[in-house]
Amino acid sequence: MTPYNPSPDIIEVQRGPNPGGLGGAYRTFGATLRGLKTTLGRVVEGPVTLEYPEQKTPVYPRFRGKHKLHRFEDTGLEKCVGCSLCAAACPAECIRVVAAENTPDHQVSAGERYAAVYEINMLRCIFCGYCELACPFDAITMGNDYELSDYTRSDLIFTKEMLLADHPERTPLRREGE
Amino acid sequence: MSVLAVVDYSEAVWIQILKAIVIFAVILQIVPIVLLIERKLLGRFQSRLGPNRVGKWGLLQPLADVLKLLSKEQFATETAVPWMFAIAPVISIFTAVATLAIIPFGDVGTWGGTIGLYGIDVSIGILYAFAFGALAFYGLMLGGWASGSKYSFLGAMRSAAQLISYEIALGLSLLGVAIQAGSLSLVEIVHAQDNYWFITTQFVGFLIFTVAGFAETNRAPFDLPEADAELVGGYNTEFGGMRFGSFFMAEYINMIVISGIATAMFLGGWRGPGPEALGPLWVLIKIFLFLVFFIWVRATLPRLRYDQLMSFGWKVLLPLATVNVIVTAIVVAT
Repeated sequence: MTPYNPSPDIIEVQRGPNPGGLGGAYRTFGATLRGLKTTLGRVVEGPVTLEYPEQKTPVYPRFRGKHKLHRFEDTGLEKCVGCSLCAAACPAECIRVVAAENTPDHQVSAGERYAAVYEINMLRCIFCGYCELACPFDAITMGNDYELSDYTRSDLIFTKEMLLADHPERTPLRREGE
Repeated sequence: MSVLAVVDYSEAVWIQILKAIVIFAVILQIVPIVLLIERKLLGRFQSRLGPNRVGKWGLLQPLADVLKLLSKEQFATETAVPWMFAIAPVISIFTAVATLAIIPFGDVGTWGGTIGLYGIDVSIGILYAFAFGALAFYGLMLGGWASGSKYSFLGAMRSAAQLISYEIALGLSLLGVAIQAGSLSLVEIVHAQDNYWFITTQFVGFLIFTVAGFAETNRAPFDLPEADAELVGGYNTEFGGMRFGSFFMAEYINMIVISGIATAMFLGGWRGPGPEALGPLWVLIKIFLFLVFFIWVRATLPRLRYDQLMSFGWKVLLPLATVNVIVTAIVVAT
């Protein structure tokens, strides 16, 4: 019989004293009092609740929320030229683009073609931001809004008009260092 | 005819009826307040706000709860025993309310006249409370049995075992006070605390009473009969609407009763600074402090395991209470 000699990489577990007995009762009482102190501390600290519909969690500037389509500020023409690169980049395949030719009397975008149909299915979108990266004209960007609930599924397929519309920003931005 | 209990002091019948109505009204007002305080305080204990949508600061929340319960359908399971199912909540609430009668809010003549500010002052005092406490257990037991559901049955079995084992410790913890005061009447016991409150000399008894009181009222950490997490609500699982509401209310009235008994037995009853007429106010304040302690403990301690509960009751509380009684008896006798 060799004496028990654990190698240095074996850590011996330090076990607490056995429950029961006078010591156990004393420890239980102490632990109960500590617990009461802990919960009372939460009352002193005050609640951390944000009352949601009135107060919103501020998001970081690069937070990826609802998509926006953009126009040129000077001419008012759409930036999107219907190249479908965003649809190709989309891993969730939630973007559908149908392009059409611009004509001189019907000039919608700055390029040769424009997006006749531009739909994003918000139920499929995973908000990865690849569409924003793929776009060569910065026509689509991700906004900060995250309140995207609705009553029916079809209402959550956002059309070009909805994405182009100039919605007021409803989500507070996180300030520097917050 | 043998005399079962001596009523020390009694008034005209109409005064007694009036007193019964007033006490009933006051306590029933306390129940929603306790309900709200519990939910608000639990929220604060968990860094939350608690209900604040119904009315200003959520003050109307209990009212909304009751309205919801009242408008719900009264249903019963197919396996239920209908008359037992109907009578169980009634027993629960009846025993809870009946115990209220002995809680003293003030002495005879505190508010002028010869009216004692309590429901009834009987010489058997706390024995009366235990009698109804033991009956209250039929409410839970029948409720669980009559539901014809596994969860309810488990909850009822647990409550049977729990109430029986903790009632003994509860009784023994109060025996020390009874020995010191030389009376079982709660009014007499408050009178006996003229010089000092019994919480000083009977501190061990007070601790045992508090712990056993948690078990008697099925409150956390001894809420095994209900055990919402494992038994879905225990004995009241199959009850809906105001039948469930009755169980719920009975639990809160029981809390008030236990607090009231603790106030009278250990905390000096209506004694406090200020004129004698403020006595009932002091009783209410002490009851509320005790109730807040109930809620505080609920927010802190997790539910005990069943075997821990039983071994704690029989192996710790009961011997401790017995030793407490024996020591008190020896000290008082010598």
